[in-house]
Formats: sequence, C-alpha cells, structure tokens
Amino acid sequence: MESDLGLWAIPIAMLGGAIRVSTPFLFVSLGEVLTERSGRINLGLEGTLVFGAMSGYAVAFLTGNAWAGVGAAAICGALFGLLHGLICSLPRVNDIAVGIALMLLGMGLAFFFGKPFIQPVAPDLPSISFGWWSDLPQVRAALQVNVLFLIGIVAAVALWWMFRATKVGLVIRVVGDSTDAARAMGLSPPLIRTLATAAGGAFAGVGGAYLSLFYPGSWNEGISSGQGLMAVALVIFARWNPIYCFWAAILFGAAGALGPALQSVGVSTGYYLFYAAPYVLTLGVLIATSSPTRAMTGAPGELSITK
Amino acid sequence: MTSLPFSRRSFLKGSAALAGASAFAGPAFADSHSPLTVGFIYVGPKDDFGYNQAHAEGAAAVKAMEGVIVVEEENVAETVDVQNSMESMINFDGASLIFPTSFGYFDPHILELAPRYPDVRFQHAAGLWQEGVHPANVGSYFGYIGLGQYLNGIVAGHMSATKKLGFVAAKPIPQVLQNINSYLLGARSVDPSITCQVIFTGEWSLAVKEAEATNALADAGCDVITCHVDGPKVVMETAAGRDCFVCGYHADQSPLAPEKYLTGAEWNWPGVYTRMVQTVLDGGTIDNFDRGGLAEGYIKMSPLGPAVTDAARNQFEAVKAEMMAGGFAAYQGPLMDNAGNQILGEGEAFVETDIALESMDYLVDGVIGSTS
Repeated sequence: MESDLGLWAIPIAMLGGAIRVSTPFLFVSLGEVLTERSGRINLGLEGTLVFGAMSGYAVAFLTGNAWAGVGAAAICGALFGLLHGLICSLPRVNDIAVGIALMLLGMGLAFFFGKPFIQPVAPDLPSISFGWWSDLPQVRAALQVNVLFLIGIVAAVALWWMFRATKVGLVIRVVGDSTDAARAMGLSPPLIRTLATAAGGAFAGVGGAYLSLFYPGSWNEGISSGQGLMAVALVIFARWNPIYCFWAAILFGAAGALGPALQSVGVSTGYYLFYAAPYVLTLGVLIATSSPTRAMTGAPGELSITK
Repeated sequence: MTSLPFSRRSFLKGSAALAGASAFAGPAFADSHSPLTVGFIYVGPKDDFGYNQAHAEGAAAVKAMEGVIVVEEENVAETVDVQNSMESMINFDGASLIFPTSFGYFDPHILELAPRYPDVRFQHAAGLWQEGVHPANVGSYFGYIGLGQYLNGIVAGHMSATKKLGFVAAKPIPQVLQNINSYLLGARSVDPSITCQVIFTGEWSLAVKEAEATNALADAGCDVITCHVDGPKVVMETAAGRDCFVCGYHADQSPLAPEKYLTGAEWNWPGVYTRMVQTVLDGGTIDNFDRGGLAEGYIKMSPLGPAVTDAARNQFEAVKAEMMAGGFAAYQGPLMDNAGNQILGEGEAFVETDIALESMDYLVDGVIGSTS
C-alpha cells in the first residue's frame, strides 16, 4: 500500500470509477433505448431503478443468493414497464406524465417495502479480478470488474446487432418510426410498445440490483440519487444507439470519479466545480456534436417529444 | 392547549403512532394527570446506521418512560415540510415538547413556529440558540463529539501502518471541520508524522459519491478511514472491502465490519432525552443551552474491536479517563492551520467547552484538503 502514484492516481481512479459507477447508467439507458426505439418514452425508470435496488437487496437477503436478487429485480422492473406500457396503450394517454407518476410510485413503494431491509446485510454479487498482472493495489482494485458490467457490454452489442440485423429489431424500429407503416404491415403497435417497455423496465431493474448488491452495495433510500433520470437523458446523448450508450455510461462514470480522485492527490480547492464535471462534459459533447441541419439524428419518428 | 386530557383524534393518532406498543398506557394515567406527548422529527430514515438512528434510539428510550407518549416522523425535509410536521404534532397529537433533530430545521422553521405556540417547547439539536435573540421556548443542545473523534484518532494512529488516515466528509461546516481536526490531532498525539486526507462529498447523503471517495482514499494509501456523513454504512462497508480499518461515527457500525472496526464516536441520546423529558415530567424547565461530552453522558465510544493492540487500548483508556475528569483540551498550542496561519500560540489551548471551537473554519496542519 506504500506506493505513491502521484498524478497517475487520477487516470487509474477514473478508470476504476468508470467500471464501478457506469453499470447502472448502462442498464437503464439500454432499457430506455429499447423503449424509445419502439416509440415511447418511459421517464419512470428512476422509480424502477430504486424499486429494483430494493427488491434485489430484499430477495438476495432472504434467499442468501445475490443472483436470485438480480432475477427478482428484473421481474419487478418488467412489471413496472408492463404497467407503463398497458396504461399508455389506452387512447389519449401521455407517456411522459404516466412515466413521472410511475417514478413516484416506484420510489414510494420501494421506501415502504424497503424499511425492514435497511439494516440487514445481503450477499454481494461476485466480481472478476482482471488486475492480476499488476503489483499496484490501486490498479488491482480498479480492475475488480463485476459480472453485471460484462453482461451489460454483451447486452449493448446484442441490442445493437438486434436493431441492425434481426426481424425483431426491424419490427421495433418500424413501430417506433411510423405507426401507420406498422399498421399497414399488420403489426400491433400498442402490443409491441408494451413489450418493449416491459423489457426496458427489466433492464432498469437489473441496474438497480447492481446498486444495492455490488456498488455501493447496500440498500438505503438515497441509493440512486437521480441516476435513473440521468440515464434517461443519456439516451438522447447517445443518439438512441446501444453502443454509444456504453461509451456515454463510461464517460459519466469516469467524470464522476474525477472529483474524489483530484482531492485524494491534493487538488482540493473548488471540489464543487469538479463534481459538476459530468454535466459540463455532457453539455460540451452535445454542443460539439450538434448540427443546425440534422437535429435529433437517430430519434425515432413516433416519440412524443419529436412529433 | 387541549383542555381535555384526550381528544378522540389525538388518542387515535397517538395509539396508531405507537403501533400497539403500550397504546393503552394513556387512559390509565388520564385519571391522575394527562400524559406528556413528545414529538421527534428526523431528516432521514431512522434506521440509517447513523445520525438519525442515534436520535431514534433516544426516542425509543423516552417511549419506555411512564406517562409519556412519543410521536415520530422520519424523512422530513428541511423545508416548510418540517413546519407542517411540527404543527400537526402540536395540533393533532397534542405534543408539548418537540425534538426537531436536524441542523437546518432551526432557521427559519422553528423560529417561525415558536412565537405562535408559546406553550410548546422546541428543543433543537445543534448549538444555535442565543440568549436575547431567540424565543425563550426554544432550546439548543449538543455534545462535544469532536472528543470522540480525538479518541478515534488515537486508536487510528496506533493501527495505521502507512501513517495516512482518511476522512470522508459531507460539508465544510464547523462541526465537521472540528471532527476532522480532532481525528488528526488524536492520531498525532501518537505519532506527529501522521497525516489525514479529507475528501468532501458536498452532501449529507450521497451513496455512490461516498463509495467513490472511500475508494479514492484507499487508492491514496490511507489505511484507517472514518467519516462524517448522515449514514456511514456505505463508507464502512466500502473501506472494509478495501482492507482498511474503520472508525465509526454517530452510531455503532461494528456489525457492518466486525473485523475491521476499531472503535467509534457515538451519540448517547437515550441518556440525554430521558433526562430532559424527566425534567419536564417533574414540572421543571429544560435549560435553553445544554451541552456535554463524555462525562455528561452526551457521547460514548463503541467497544474496541478485536484488531486493536494493547498499546492503543492503554492510551485510549488513559485519555478517556482524562476526558471523564473534565476540562480536556484537544487543541493545544503551538498549532497552525494547513494554510500556514497560526491558530494557537505557545501555551494557549482550547478546552472542550471553548466557544471558539464552534466557529471553526480551518483545517489544522497535517490535514490534506481544503475547506472550499
């Protein structure tokens, strides 16, 4: 532990932060990409994330198996998504308003049912050590990679491939881009959107389980601090592309680690400013990639914000 | 306020709040004298392994007293919400003694309500009440928990191999700065070469940022970590996961890291709250300005953990005994802050009761960090 890395500590901390913090962002934004590509916005994923964190922790504690917790979180997330999808299938229902209602419902239910689970300690998800080649404890700690992070990478690539090359992906894209075209093809847009929202909810639930079962690894009412909402915004940042979602989540995680890392090497003045780094970075990238001629590139045609 | 010993509404609400636990104790006392209703308000969940849990343990002790009904509300924001909570406790539950336990409840919320309810006593947990400035039915109480952090520092100083300690702090307010400084000074009483790295998260409760800060401290080589945030659970678990020793704060966190937990600075609210409530039951008045340390039973230390060495234990017990005798001075000159300004000259000292400690706005020499 005596090794003093000097300024090298910062990139190592950012790498570690990217791997540790990005997973919930990744899962929620992948879920939201799936939902939005089908033409709906589910703003309720913050509530789903918190409920997933609670249900995952509770089930992991009761069964003693962290993976059972992840499964329960996915099922609960899917149920929330299903509820959103079914309500929005009714005529003249605004998906954004329903999403906000479900966000509050999800958090309220999670706080209510989560009361008895704040004190107990549930088992953690396993992680794989990729730092065996290094003698530095900092590097070894940074490269403790959780299995869910790896699953997230696989899921991002799989979703990208699905949208590009499979029939299911094509069906979701058609429904998302034009309700009329989908109807003409004999598809049922409400059904497909509902299924896509339910699957998106399951992703968000798993993201929540990561929060409570791995990092920070405990259930309490402030566990999410708005990460679900930020992840929904990341989808626009990532232009509705699952691969970009991965990079956006990594960027957010790394930028979030900057504040503590700078303080730990002695750069301590102005830490409130460093904590704003992820948001400044987001604004910067959005401005840099924006174009007056092709606004909202990649946005599905049926989204209520683009119509 | 209420002429009847029991309005139907207050009885229903009171018994609901008690959830069956001695709900019928009330009517038995109504014959002789009406029971005292005491309200407790917390800013977070009351089982957070931290600040709020410490207060809730005090409330539980009051609940066990005879002739007292306790009403509690948790997760009350430091906004107009707390005024609504206090008013409903007063008007619906008949509370005549209220403990709003969070720092930000005082100004303007308690100060707004106190003149309107002169028969209700508002007891606020922080040292903010001033004679002549604030209403007479408002009181302040707080403990010298910095001394607990000094004792934490003594054990940490003995146990640290890297001679670098870590501190995860929420905001640079005087109470937090005093804890950081006391922790380092305790460690320096063991070995003057020890330093303490502090990381501010900027908020009282931010789980992910607290975990990141703890990891950053471990990466920087800190091997004994403590904190001042509302719920220390995340810091304790993350630090123990990185093979660091931990010192607790607010409440006993030893179940979270049984092998790595050294000791902890805890509030001892059960003793303080039962004493205050007993004063009211006996017809007396609580002092507007009430403070204390180890000797007065305001704070206590967690039992020493299994890893603590004999040398650490001996010094810990010796200094604790000195503190029990009263007048202990953790801050002794010559003392510089970490920006090079002199705080105390040769021969000067701040004893535990010194009011100058309550406006602390510096980090002492040896703390790596900045207040802004």
